This record gives sequence, structure tokens and C-alpha cells, in this order.
Amino acid sequence: MKNVRFTEMRETGQSYWLVQGLLAVVILLGLSSAYYMELNGHWVTGMNNQIVWGLPHVFAVFLIVTASGELNLASIASVFGKAPYKPLTRLAALVAIAHMAGGLMILVLDLGRPDRLIVALTHYNLKSIFTWNILLYNGFFVLATVYAWTMMERRLNGYAKVVGFGVFLWRVILTTCTGSIFGFLVARDAYNAAIMAPMFIILSFSYGTAIYLMTLETLSYWSGRRISDVLVTRLKNLLGIFIGAAFYFFLAYHLTGMYVAERQGVEYFLLASGNVYTWLFWVGQVLIGTIVPLALLYGSLGRSRVVVYLACLFVLIGGLSQMYVTIVGGQAYPLTIFPGYEVTSSFSDGQVGSYIPTIFEALLGISGFAVAAFLVILVSRVLPFVPATLVDSDVDECLATEATQSS
Amino acid sequence: MSNESTDQGRRGFLGTATATAVGLAAIPGLSLVALARSPDLAVDNRSRWGLLIDTSKCLTECTACTTACASENGLVSHGRPATDAQWLRKVQLKDKATGRTLSLPVGCQHCEKPPCVDVCPTGASFRRADGIVLVDKHICIGCRYCMMACPYKARSFVHEETHNQKANAPRGKGTVEACTLCVPRLDAGRLPACVEACQQEGHQAMIFGDLQDPNSAIAKRLAAVPTHQLREALNLNTGVRYQGV
Repeated sequence: MKNVRFTEMRETGQSYWLVQGLLAVVILLGLSSAYYMELNGHWVTGMNNQIVWGLPHVFAVFLIVTASGELNLASIASVFGKAPYKPLTRLAALVAIAHMAGGLMILVLDLGRPDRLIVALTHYNLKSIFTWNILLYNGFFVLATVYAWTMMERRLNGYAKVVGFGVFLWRVILTTCTGSIFGFLVARDAYNAAIMAPMFIILSFSYGTAIYLMTLETLSYWSGRRISDVLVTRLKNLLGIFIGAAFYFFLAYHLTGMYVAERQGVEYFLLASGNVYTWLFWVGQVLIGTIVPLALLYGSLGRSRVVVYLACLFVLIGGLSQMYVTIVGGQAYPLTIFPGYEVTSSFSDGQVGSYIPTIFEALLGISGFAVAAFLVILVSRVLPFVPATLVDSDVDECLATEATQSS
Repeated sequence: MSNESTDQGRRGFLGTATATAVGLAAIPGLSLVALARSPDLAVDNRSRWGLLIDTSKCLTECTACTTACASENGLVSHGRPATDAQWLRKVQLKDKATGRTLSLPVGCQHCEKPPCVDVCPTGASFRRADGIVLVDKHICIGCRYCMMACPYKARSFVHEETHNQKANAPRGKGTVEACTLCVPRLDAGRLPACVEACQQEGHQAMIFGDLQDPNSAIAKRLAAVPTHQLREALNLNTGVRYQGV
């Protein structure tokens, strides 16, 4: 794909400042919210001693999982040798770094003591999967940056495949560990399942591909650049497979739970008791996040770029719903400390945990997205990350080369 | 006081403490007092502190233990039960099949293999050599992962600024805390506040002592009657045991 040129995205003119200004306002609102929560203590949030991770974690984990999935798109070209995806790799590295940064910002600002970040970076309990995640997040930034560098610096192009392979392994381990944050929790019926790790990997493929496609389409539309229909079609077909695979994992997870007497209570609670988690699961995750996007992507309207964009947006909504059900719903179900007993106490034993998120938590979460968007727009303006143009003939040429090589 | 005289004082104290400890250790049932120790002495694993709750003697309406716990550790209610810290709470149980009711205090179970310690990223959650699970307030970052991991919901997050703290129980907004078995009292050879309160009420529902000392009252009771650990299947080997659940 010799013809593909990358240029700084300067076509956006005055609208660049307007958009960045708006994003900066959202970021400031998020930071102010975090400051307010830290100043007063977490009692001003919806979180409590039963629901200890709330809306900020929903946004943060979603962004972190998404970042990992976006980097996966880069691997398709460099590790699995699919040349048509190559022009997308450097932008994939950039959005992955940006989403990881947004997610981590939320996570850090929601700590009880964010001022002790340095403690988290200097005191390690290596038995903790959280510690592993901290190390992996830091390595993610370094590796993704080096990866983008090997792609952009002609003299280093030869190293791109090796570094790409390292990045691929790293992100697989990273998302395994992110899923294991929940998988390793023996305390709660909704977690404590090895399937959490591979499930999070497949979720990252789905969310990462959807958000990447949205970013690519937004940037190309905004700057008036053309991105090949062939490439978008391939990406949207890939997204469809990932959405289906993610649903399969949830099917396996919930069916196992329904079969095991020990977990039937939490399954009923999440899937059938008619609470907010039930609605978010069936309407948010299953209908909006799975069935509708699959119908849109594979239906007769699937060739329309607008429809593909909408499908991605639905995957995003479904993804946030899923994270809410997994993270908040999993905590809301009371711990089974005394099976066979009705339990009451002054500490909400035996009761479903109550959680009503506040505007401050929502603003902090949304500001994570804003930080990611701000970074992507800023960097793609000053560095050549976005293809100047990517027409069908470029992709066809690649496909032809690929076919020749494989025959 | 000069350094020399400080050292002499310390040596003298250590000598007296050791002699007292050796003397008292010979008296059965007094192993708790025997291990009252100077802050200069490192904790070791010769003891493992434990607590046995006899639910047949724990009265539903009695909250002496939880009240004493709150008072001892300066846990003040802000009128917000969902976010107020509770290191020890009274749980009321009703058997769904038989209708039998019982009441019992639940707090940190001081596991031998505590999940909170495993998951803590900074090592702030730790287990002392004598089995007490604690939080190092200086390096807790308030991530709450230990609260996600605790199978007994024993930990509280400090949701607001703390005032008028007790010197023996430092607390901090934005960090996690739980029952310490009143470790400063313990190190001074005294019983945890909850156990003392239960005894003062005349209920004798809580027996505290060294699980590893076959002559301790708790070890004798554990050897004589069937007792259980909460969520025994998790195999955490808790330091707190229950009789009659």
C-alpha cells in the first residue's frame, strides 16, 4: 500500500478550536466533580459500603477494555499479516492510548486517596491482580507509543512486526487481568468465574472495534477525507462477529449460573427480578447492544455508512449497560454469608444494595471519554496519524497482493 | 532524658516484661496476659488470636459488643447507615425452613488466607504474624478492592472527614478500615472491647484467646463442642468461630 499517505489533520479549521473548547469544558466539569467528591468524601456520591464501585468504574473499565480492543485492530495487520488494515494501525495505537488514559484518569480520581497515586506506583503486592493491572497499564502506554513510532518512522518500520507481536501479547495479558479483577473474587456470587478473563477479551474486541470505527468515521467526515468502503465493510463484518462472540460468552456465563444452585439467586436477581439491572441487561445489553447492531450490520441497510455508525453507537450503549450490570449489579446482590437464613442487620446484610449514581460520578465518567477525544483530536492535528485518503483501489491492491502471497 | 538512660529504662522494662510473661505463661488460661508485650518487641506467630461466638448466649436485643466497638474506636454515626462505618454489626438470622431465630455479631473474621490481603495492590491490607488482619493507613489508596473481595462484608470505607479520633484507632477519610481485634488493647494485655463488654453484661457469648494454646479457654471450647466458620467452604481458616449456627 505504497500510495497511502498520512498527513496532519489540518482541514478542520476553526471548528477544531470549538470542539476542543467544548471538550475542555467537559473535562473541567469532570475534574471539578472529582475535586468535590474528594473534598467532601465519598458520601456525596451514590456509593456506599455495599456498592463500593459505582458509575466511575463502569466508565473506567469500559474505556480500559475498549483501549485494549482498539490495539487489537493494529495487531490484525502486523501480527496476522492482513495488509488492508495496515493504514489503520497507527490511528488504532493512538486511540488505544487515549482511551486508556481516559479510563485511568477516572479510576485514579475515584480513589479514596488519589493524592497517594505515587504509593500505588511504588508499593507493589505482586499477589494482587490489581498490581498486575497497574504494571500492565503502564507498559501498555510505553508499548503502544513505541509501536506507533515504529510505524511512523521509516527507519524503524522493520521492527513494527516484532513490536506489534509484543503489543498483541501484552494486551491479551492485560485484558485477561482486567477480567480477572472480577474473576478472582470468591466473595460474590456474580463473579468468581474463570470465564471472566476470556469474556473480557472478546468484549474488548467488540467495544474496541466499534469505538475505533466511530472515531475513524468521525475524523474522516470532519476532515473531509475519504476512507474506503471496502475497508469499512470488512471492519463492520468483523464487528458483527465480535458482537456475536461476546453474546455467546454471556450465554455460557449465565447458563452455567442458572444450572448451579449456588448461583441461581444472583442469576434470578440480574435477569428476571425486574430491577434496573434486569432492564439494563435485556434492553441495554441484549436488545440495543447485540440484536439491533447485528440486524443493522448484516441487514440490507448494512452498506450505509450512517447505519454502520449507528450500529457502533448501539454497541457503545450496550457496552456501558453491560458494565453497569456486571460491576454494580454484581455488588448489589447481597453476599451469601448465611445460606438458608433470612438475614437482617444494621449494615444491610441480606438486603439488595442501593445505588443511585450522582451527577458528579456521571460527569467524572463522561470526562474520561472527553479526555480521550481531546487527545486523539490534538495529536492527529499535529502528527500524521490519519490517512490523507484511503480509496477502494488501495485496499483492492492490498487484497490482490495478499491473495498472491497466500496462493 | 538522655539516650543512655532511655536505653536502660527500655532494657529494664523488657527484662521485667519478659520475667512477668514467663511467670504468667505458666498459669493456664492466662496466655493473653502473658503475651502483653512492649511495643519494641516484634509480633511473632507463636500465638494466633481468635474469637468464639456462642450464639446460644447472644441475645437479640443486646448490642453491648457493637456499642463498645464503636466507642472504643471512635466510630461516629453521621445518620447515614449506608456510608457509616461499622466494624462489628449484630446480624439477626431466621432459619427459612424451621423459623428458628438467632443473633450474632459479625466483623472481620481474621482469616489465615485473607482475600483482602491478596487483592490489595499496595500491601496496605496485611496480616500480622499473630493472625490479626489490619490496614496500614499510610499506604491505603482507597481503591476499595479489599471491600469487593471480603466474603464477610467486614470492611468499611471512611466516607467523610473524621473528627475527635481516638488515639488508639487512627482513621482517615478515603481509606478502608475494619475490626482490629482492638490491637492496642491486646498488645497491652487487655481483651478486645467487644469481648469485655459482653462479659460485663454477664452474657459470656464471646470467648477470646490464643487458638494455638491448647490450654486457652477458646482452644478448649473448640476442642469440646462443634463450631463453624462462616463460609467454611472458602477454606480461609478464619480466626473467628461460631457455635450454634
